[in-house]
Amino acid sequence: MPSARRPAIDSRSEPRAVRWTLIAIGLAFVSLFIVLPLVTVFTEALRQGVGAYLAALTEPDARAAIGLTLTVAAIAVPLNLVFGVVAAWAIAKFEFRGRSLLITLIDLPFSVSPVISGLIYVLLFGLQGWLGPFLSEAGFKVIFAIPGIVLATIFVTFPFVARELIPLMQEQGTDEEEAALVLGASGWQTFRRVTLPNIRWGLLYGVLLCNARAMGEFGAVSVVSGHIRGLTNTMPLHVEILYNEYNFVASFAVASLLALLALVTLTAKAVIEWQTGAGLRRQGH
Amino acid sequence: MQPRSASTVLLDRAPWLAHDYARRLENDREGFASGARGEALVLTRAPDPIGALEPDRAAPSARRTLSWRPRSIIPGFGLTLGITLAWLGLIVLIPLVALFARAASLDASQFLDAVTSDRVLAALRLSFGASLAAALTNAVFGSLLAWVLVRYSFPGRRLVDALVDVPFALPTAVAGISLTALYAENGWLGAPLAALGIKVAFTPLGVFVALVFIGLPFVVRTIEPVLQDLPAEIEEAAACLGASRWQTIVRVIVPSLFPALATGVALAFARAVGEYGSVIFIAGNLPMVSEIAPLLIVIKLEEYAYGEATAVASVMLLISFVMLLAINLLQRWSRRHLERS
Repeated sequence: MPSARRPAIDSRSEPRAVRWTLIAIGLAFVSLFIVLPLVTVFTEALRQGVGAYLAALTEPDARAAIGLTLTVAAIAVPLNLVFGVVAAWAIAKFEFRGRSLLITLIDLPFSVSPVISGLIYVLLFGLQGWLGPFLSEAGFKVIFAIPGIVLATIFVTFPFVARELIPLMQEQGTDEEEAALVLGASGWQTFRRVTLPNIRWGLLYGVLLCNARAMGEFGAVSVVSGHIRGLTNTMPLHVEILYNEYNFVASFAVASLLALLALVTLTAKAVIEWQTGAGLRRQGH
Repeated sequence: MQPRSASTVLLDRAPWLAHDYARRLENDREGFASGARGEALVLTRAPDPIGALEPDRAAPSARRTLSWRPRSIIPGFGLTLGITLAWLGLIVLIPLVALFARAASLDASQFLDAVTSDRVLAALRLSFGASLAAALTNAVFGSLLAWVLVRYSFPGRRLVDALVDVPFALPTAVAGISLTALYAENGWLGAPLAALGIKVAFTPLGVFVALVFIGLPFVVRTIEPVLQDLPAEIEEAAACLGASRWQTIVRVIVPSLFPALATGVALAFARAVGEYGSVIFIAGNLPMVSEIAPLLIVIKLEEYAYGEATAVASVMLLISFVMLLAINLLQRWSRRHLERS
């Protein structure tokens, strides 16, 4: 129960003036650092009117970038979804040695700079890399091509689903699954009928976050993509190219789509939290 | 029954017994209760002639060692752990090992030259300096914001609470160009600041602004739950014992928030050090002045100087692993702190 809803107790509160000063400082900080940048994206995008905005979004390179971003997310997110559920099952439903080490390793991509996340794949699959010469002989291109972008995206979104599910499933324990198994359900039935309904909101939340990051990733993808217009340019990279060409309106137009995606993600998050009674609310990452 | 339970209580009191401690952490409610009981009993603790304090003899059931292969009727352990390890190895571990192997294959003087050149040192200094400054700024404003959001009610509180997550969700490139437009000399904030003689965009100050933006939610989201769970009683008790509100805050609230605050700051710092997308637009990227370390890696890669790129990357990676370790320890500390309070 958030204490804000309790009637104010004198010993736990400050004088009115102090309260409102603190609120004012907090609001000023949020407007300065969060609201203004968000508003800027849309005002800059619409600076030359709706016509220029739509033209920037329907131009072939922009359409190719949008298509590529959707494709990459459509590959990376389901893979990490399956991995996240599988990893959470192993970690949350069983107690075994090395479990906390495993959790740390799953979290590892969060503490690696996006640039380094791209670099490691260049070192593996690039022409100067370990597997590069072999792969190029086989006629298979990873770096400066779509497979590299997918790999880098999987890396940076690796922990999202798993780390959302692990604490949730640990909290729920194993009683319900054990009951189902004792009553004769198979392992798969137990997962589908018992576990999955219990974790559905957490799972949805993890997938949303994973998707937002997959579509918005910039640093890692930038290192492996080669920036070939119309071919290996994702939306964030297209934003960068247009911006560096001083084509600000087009750049902000593409950026505004990504900002909308972020707002949709946050709204969905708020709805999920409301659905689950803020049960999902935990520290960020 | 009596001596047996007393010995268990004494066992729970003995924090130097590592396994017992681990069990307490694991089973926190039970551990908390018995710990509290033990606290009361500690004065009556007597020498123990029959060796009941010896954990193995007194209470073998208290020790629960974990095995490599758990016993459980739940199926799928081998399969799920196998898939997890295989996927983790393929996507994360092998590529990371490849980076370190590559760095190790450089000879030592090459490596040192790459890492200690003036340009690299300047970039590392800027990355770490600006990240630290941003994390500390967020420590102040992030705690203030968390306090306001948890403790006060005001119109739009829920909206502001949701907005705090924007830096998590907004793609970094979008944040980067938007902050640049705001702080450029003709921007909404850049113009008035330029009139005051302050240049933000295309200077190290711009790097700092971008890193504050990126780090804010880490601090707020780490402190909020702790602040919510802080029992009202301790503040009331402090007030009843005659502490002023200010004393209560400084002596009671801040110490109980401190582990969470430190964790949040460390998370924000770690994220800021590696940040790329939101910084490169606003930084101006002047070598030796406003060039961050991740950008330097990209530049080296574009020059096909793979060795140098790898050397800088491995140094940064090592530092972030140390940070990760520190954050893990901080989180453990903060959890323990919560259980005790």
